[in-house]
Order: sequence, then C-alpha cells, then structure tokens
Amino acid sequence: MRSRRKEGPEKLTGVAKYIDDFRFQDVLHAVTVRATVPRGRIKQIHFDPSFDWTGVVVATADDIPGENTVLLIERDQPVLARDEVRHVEEPLLVLGHPDRAMAYDASKHVRIDYDPLEPVLDPERSSTVFKSFEIQKGDLEAGFAEADAIVEEEYRVPHQEQAYIETNGIAAWEESDGTLVVLGSMQCPYYVHKALLPIFPRDPGKIRVIQAATGGGFGGKEEYPNIIAAHAALLALKAKRPVKLVYDRHEDMRATTKRHPARIRHRTGVRRDGTLVAQDIDVLMDGGAYITLSPVVLSRGILHASGPYECPNVRIRGRVVATNTPPNGAFRGFGAPQTLFAAELHMEKIAKTLGIDSVALRRKNLFRLGSTTATGQVLRESVGARQTLDRALEKSQYSRRKKAAARWNRVRKNPTWRGVGLATVFHGAGFTGSGEIFLKSRAGVRLTPAGDIVVDAASTEIGQGTTSILAQIVAEALDVPYEWIRVETPDTNQVPNSGPTVASRTCMIVGGLLERSADKIKERLAADGVRWPLTRAALRGKNLSITEEFEKPGEIEWDEETYRGDAYGAYGYATLVAEVEVDKLTYEVTIRDVVTAQDVGRAINPLLVEGQILGGTVQGIGYALLENVVFENGAMANAQFTNYVIPTTLDTPPIRVEIVEEPYSRGPFGAKGVGELPMDVPAPAIVAAIHDATGLFLTALPALPEQIEEAFHDRAPRQR
Amino acid sequence: MKVVRPGTATEAIELTARFDGAVPLAGGTDFMVSWNAGEANGLTVIDLSRLSSWRRIREAGRTLRVGSLATHWQLQSHDVVRRRFPLLAQACATIGGRQIQTRGTIGGNIANASPAGDTFPPLLVYDARVRLVSSARRRGMAIRDVFVGVKRTALERGELIESIDLPYHRSPSRALFRKVGTRKASAISKTVAAGLLWLRRDGRIRELRFALGSMAVTARRLETVESFLRGKKPTRRVVDEAVSLLERDVDPIDDLRSTARYRLEVSRNLLRSFLL
Repeated sequence: MRSRRKEGPEKLTGVAKYIDDFRFQDVLHAVTVRATVPRGRIKQIHFDPSFDWTGVVVATADDIPGENTVLLIERDQPVLARDEVRHVEEPLLVLGHPDRAMAYDASKHVRIDYDPLEPVLDPERSSTVFKSFEIQKGDLEAGFAEADAIVEEEYRVPHQEQAYIETNGIAAWEESDGTLVVLGSMQCPYYVHKALLPIFPRDPGKIRVIQAATGGGFGGKEEYPNIIAAHAALLALKAKRPVKLVYDRHEDMRATTKRHPARIRHRTGVRRDGTLVAQDIDVLMDGGAYITLSPVVLSRGILHASGPYECPNVRIRGRVVATNTPPNGAFRGFGAPQTLFAAELHMEKIAKTLGIDSVALRRKNLFRLGSTTATGQVLRESVGARQTLDRALEKSQYSRRKKAAARWNRVRKNPTWRGVGLATVFHGAGFTGSGEIFLKSRAGVRLTPAGDIVVDAASTEIGQGTTSILAQIVAEALDVPYEWIRVETPDTNQVPNSGPTVASRTCMIVGGLLERSADKIKERLAADGVRWPLTRAALRGKNLSITEEFEKPGEIEWDEETYRGDAYGAYGYATLVAEVEVDKLTYEVTIRDVVTAQDVGRAINPLLVEGQILGGTVQGIGYALLENVVFENGAMANAQFTNYVIPTTLDTPPIRVEIVEEPYSRGPFGAKGVGELPMDVPAPAIVAAIHDATGLFLTALPALPEQIEEAFHDRAPRQR
Repeated sequence: MKVVRPGTATEAIELTARFDGAVPLAGGTDFMVSWNAGEANGLTVIDLSRLSSWRRIREAGRTLRVGSLATHWQLQSHDVVRRRFPLLAQACATIGGRQIQTRGTIGGNIANASPAGDTFPPLLVYDARVRLVSSARRRGMAIRDVFVGVKRTALERGELIESIDLPYHRSPSRALFRKVGTRKASAISKTVAAGLLWLRRDGRIRELRFALGSMAVTARRLETVESFLRGKKPTRRVVDEAVSLLERDVDPIDDLRSTARYRLEVSRNLLRSFLL
C-alpha cells in the first residue's frame, strides 16, 4: 500500500513543531564553551572581568549532582571536561542568557588556559585500542595454499557528516513536582533517559524525555542527544528556569559525531575460475577521543567486511582506536558502508587480476540459500542477492550500456570518458547477534474508551516514515483503514521502550511486536463477538491494551565471545549499476544513470521503501564523490555547507528502483530492514564505473576530481 | 547595528561620507552570513535598496551601463547582456542558487571582492570599467585595478560603486565560460575561466583575452599568454608553449576547497582546449 505519510501534512504546512519552534517563559538560551586544543590539561578558566556578566548563568562540571559521565557503552566521556581535554570542541561549560545573542557574546569572553599535550591524530599511530575483534572460519593458510592467485589491496574511507536538515537541539526544565523534562530533536528517547539518570540521580519516573518533531537523524541523533540533553538539564537545574540549547550549523558540524573513517586491507586467495578460497581482511577504524558506539560500529563493520560472498577460509580482524579528534559515532550503515566499499571494489580488483568479468566473479561466489557466512551462519531463508544482481543487470541493460560506453571512449574528440560499474552488498537487519535479546523491546496497541486505536512505541519519526509504517502494520493486521490509527508521541512517560530507532530495526522488530499485539487485539475482539468489517462504534468502550515483548527466535544462536553463529536474523541485499561520465578537462564525475534492485523482504509501503532507497543512494553519491571533511588541528575546518559539499538535486541522476521481495518469516508480513542498505551500495559501484571509464583504480573515498587528476599523472599519461 | 536607508543616490553619497567605515548593503547575500556570525556587531549599514536608478541596465553610447544594484537574475535574463555579453550572463546563472541570484547584485559582488567571485573573469575579458562615486568626485576604474587582495578593493573610503560599463566589441570567433565547482548547483568555484578569441582570416590570433578566477587571491587576466599568442597561429606546438606560460600569470593556492595542483592542471586543460 502506497499510503501517504501520517505526519506529512503537518510538516508541509509548518504546523509541526521542531525544538526551536517551542516558546518557553523565562527561558535561557544556552551556549556551550568548548576546547580549542586537541589535547591538554586545563589550567584555568578565566571570565573576562571587563564583560558584564549580569544575567549570565554558568554551569560547569562542579554543578553536576551525580556522575560526570555520558553513559553509553562505557563511562569514559565526561558531560563537561574538568581536568583534561581530549579533543577540540570538547565541552567545558554551558552558559545561558535570556538573550541568545548575549549568550553567544558571553561565550566569547571565556578564556581557557591549557598545558598542551602531544595529540594523537593519526589512527595508525594510536596505542589506545578501544576494541578489537577477530572472526575465523576454516583454515586460512590451507586456503591460500590452494589459490592460483593472491590479490592484495588497501582501501581508505573518510569521515562523513550526517547533514540532517535540522541541527541538534534540546530544551530542558524542571516541573514543580521535581520531574526533569527534556524535549528535543532525537532518535532514541530511552537512551537519553538512561544517560540522564546517573547524572541527575532521582526516581526514574521523575525524568521524562519527549521527542519533538525531528528534522533527520541518520544516526547523528542516536547518541549525541545524550550529551546535549545533559548540558541543557544541568543549566536548567542551576538556573531554575527552562533552558533551550540549539546548535548552529557550524557548531553541529564541528562538535558532533561523524562516520568512522577506516583503513581496510584485503588479501584474497582465488582460483583461476574465480572461486574464492581465502579472505584475510584487516580493518582499522578511527574512533575519535571517546568510545561512544565505536565497538558496535566496528562489530557491524567486520561482520560485513567479506561482502555477500561465500568463502571457506576467512579471517577478519578489526580494531578501533582512539585519536584526539571529536568522537565518531552512528551514521546510517554503521560500519558497513566502510567495509563494503573495500569488499566490493576488491571484487573488481580480483576480476581485473584474473582477467575475468567481475559480474561472473560475483555470480560464482554470491550468497545463496544454504550458504555459510564468515561467522558460520547458514542462510536458511530470504536470500535475494542473486535476484538483485539479475534484476539490476537486466533493467540497466548492463552489457549493452557497457559496450556503448566503450564505443564512446574510442572517439577521441568526445569531451568525456564514460564507464559502467556495479556493486552488490548485504546488510544485516536489526541489532547484531544477541542485541535484540538484551534490548527486550516492548511495543503495544491500545484501544481507548472513545474507540481510538493507538500505537504505543518509543520508535521515532525522523523523516524515514516510522509513524506511517507502524500505523500501516497495525491497520493491516486489524483489517481497518490506515486513517483510524493514531501513533503516540515518543514520550518516556507515555510509551513502552521499543528500543532505539537505529539499525534498520523499526519496521522489522518493532513492526513485528505491533503485528503480534494487533493480532491479539483482533482475537480478543473476535472472542467478544465483534465482527468484521469493523466499525468505530464497535470499538467504543472496549478499553483494550496489549503490549508485546521481543522473544528470542528459537533457531538463532550467537556466541559473543567467539563471534560465531547467527550474526543477524536476516540480511537485505542490494545491487546497483551506475553509469558515469568523467570530464577530460576537469576530471569531474557526473553520474548519468543509476539502476538499483534491493531485496527488502517485503515492501509494506513501496512508496516509503523507494524513498529510503532514493535518499540512501544520494547520500551514497555524496560519500563517493563529494563529501570531504577537511581536518586542521584535529577538527573539521570546512564546517559549513558552502565548503562541505553534499549533493544537490542537480547532482542527482535519474535513479530507477527495483524492489525485490524475498520474505523473511520473522518480519511483519515478511519485511526486513531497509533504512541502511541503500547507503552501502552506491560508492563501490560508482568507483568501479570510474575505473571502467578511465582505467584508474582509485582505492580511497571521496573520488574527488583532485584525486582523479593525481591518479592520472601518477601513471603513464593516457591519450586525451 | 545601525541601519540608514537613503532614498536617493545623493543621499547615499552624503551618508557614506558622514558615517566613516559604514557598510553599503546591496543584496546582502554575503553580509547576512557575517552578520549571523556576529561579525557585523556595532557597524553602521547603509541600505541601498531604495536606489532604484542604480538597478537599471541601459545603453550609453558604445557601452552597456549596468547599474551596480542590478541582480544576477536581472543580468542573466537581460536580452542585451545575453546577446552581447553572454559570458557574464552565464556566470550570473551559476552563482549560488536562484534565491542568491535574485538578491545578489553585480556591484555587491565586486565590492565584496571574494577570490571566488564568478562574474570577475567575464568582467575582465570584457574590459569592464567600474564607475565610482563619492562626495568628492566621480571616477572610472578598470576592473583589473579594482581587486587588490582577499576581499580587498582599491575603492577609497566613502566611494560607492554606481555602475559598471561594458564596452561593446566585435563578436569573437570563440568564447568560453567555465565554472569548475564539482557540485552542480550552489557551488563555490575551484576555478572559473572566461575567454574571448578573435582569429584573423589567415587563422592567426588577432586577440586573445583569457581570465581565471578562484585560483589565487584575485581573479587575473593571462597577460603573458595573451601577448605571446598575438599574431601567432594556434598550432599544437604554439598552444603547448602558451599553456606552459600560464604559471607566469597566475599563482594558484591550496585551500579548503581544492589544491593548487588541481587548479593549475584544470586551467591548463581549459586554456588548451579553448585554443585548439
């Protein structure tokens, strides 16, 4: 069903309220004072005596009633630095003033003296390992011994900025009954709730976190709101007034999390016919100054590092290390776009080395039903890898197009080179391994006495369509019109904890809980003698409420210690064919055409699925060709959209989306996740297409014209 | 911040003289960014938006006189500009996005003197003259003398840009405008090139005018290359030699947006392909 967005009209007409649209009485506008050095001991904080500090309220680490820690995986990151700073832009204090401009002015009159320490900015030189993993399958040495050829390469992927349309922002205040309320732009209200508790010790019911309309997240609002919420709440408690803390774009880009950069090495043993016999992969990620979610990002990264291919002998090693740069964090794809870029481009390298067609190479090794992954997981169902490949080849007329490009390239006076490239990826849907079991997510459906049908979940609408898709699942299960369903605002005082809105899990996991809840409601109504088609009148006075909790699927086994077993319940698959054109004078790359086929299990709302795929493809194009975080002194130097270039509509090629449906028995109506999958596939396909066009094998992102120019001149000059 | 709004040109000139160091505000597309960043606190702003006579584009003898407050949108849609000065029309169509084009003005663009100003190479090859006015005098200045550094011009205190004169010229054998910004819209240039070439009947070069922007602190005409080529036939060998002289005229920089190496290489390619 291509039903319309529940929240669409409100957003279109400007009725939806984002955090900066809320007005509060006696509010203080807060500004964060941040470190200017990548590493140092704090000697002293000076408040300029010539400045008029009347009306300014300042909160420092000394004002924190509980622990000075941002609780996530570890407790290493302080809410406000007290003795030592570990990265530029690390928060030191928060100040507020009733006038926003005055608050900014005041922040410029705070000076911090440091004893500078030597920073570590290069992850290769870091001696602090946050986390390391190793995956082993078969006998690596025996595999290499069988190989006819060994293909090695090193790949690099950069930071990437989430570039959500609305910057981070939170408001906080204390109610007269002592409830600390936090309202703002976020993906995971219950993460914020959990993080605030140790900082502001009180009865858990006295902390209430509410999501405001949120203008995009892409992972950038998964864990970062924990920090900004703590800052706003701290100042609100000190000032005894509401506080609003909204970042401007420059601050948001410089201070908040980005995609982890990575260096990935592949050494692959392969038979002459293209059969993979050994994969040895080494992944290094730069975590930044604090752990945040780095271990989990690395985990997903290594679990996708082999690509969607079966190989009997595999070793994947990964580590994420500390550097004195702002912490990296969650970003759509969560480690997988990094390692899949390397895995897929390496398939091109292998094909080139063996002198065989890269499509044939993929086809030979691609996952199929019954394949065993690097962790030893046997794929029992819902494996659409080959279908996506076949469909994308067919719909793009890949072979014909590739020949046409070669013909074009033979004409010397043509102003460009053309090329066609492709990539195939997989993406584990939902949390890794036992993640969902630990989460014990809960979500439910409720009938109000007035006959309304309400969805209760903490899953947030961040532009991806949560509200619509959850309503649709319940409507379909109850067999009632979609318009009848209302979705409750994610508010920790109102809704059960359905887990974070991350990892492409909302539709598959939370949707699954809601489908079960709705089924039970339906049974109860039927037992009450209610008949279908349902009427609103029949629901009135029923006052039913069902909340379901996630249960471990019986057949799923995962060993956290050895990294063996079922890493994910199911995987999505995607193939993308890109045709590019490289300008002979400027080396600029234009994408002429994209065709992508993606296996999402079942498209509950094809319109939303298409939206996710289109958006992810464009974000992937930015990752491939444009987005370049320039670092100076350990922080982002180009923290404006004028200099950090993301694709515009004019940079968006025609994109044709083919939806492949290989249903997953445990997803609602067969659905698997789709949120992240589209982000994984464009970059390797585009870089493969540049290879096809120019003969240049680029191994690092972004493939800027500057890099292409350099690559040209690093090798024998080609005729133009 | 204090804002004054003169109703006439005379008033504007008077106020500019009276408020020493005041900022003349035209389209404000760059000024608003610095204002938002708190960099304009305490300044006096002279809002020129009521000077409708400075918005006009009209013929004046053998030149087209473009009022300094003419917007990029006006310029790119103006019939005479499109026919006689197409490189300027093309440049205006690549500045920012539509919103910027309808606010931003040619005079503001010049006064702002950004190293990445997209209109400057076309203005340079069209030999534009900037007409300046102050309470003391009125004078003209060749566009190539206007830019003296990053966001610095040769304008004296109290001077306002009244108009820009574009002299008519014989239609060229070839013309080029090329903006290299990597992104297809709302991009800031890495390199921007404008060229006009007049060939004699025997195939020799009568005149070449070629200018590059965004390469260094100011946009520049390639004077060495231009004079080297005068009277020569653009054979591959001659063009290669001309291209090798390019470095004498421009000294490209590394910055957040690109590298000196790339800028130089792309400029060479653009010049070579324009000449061959």
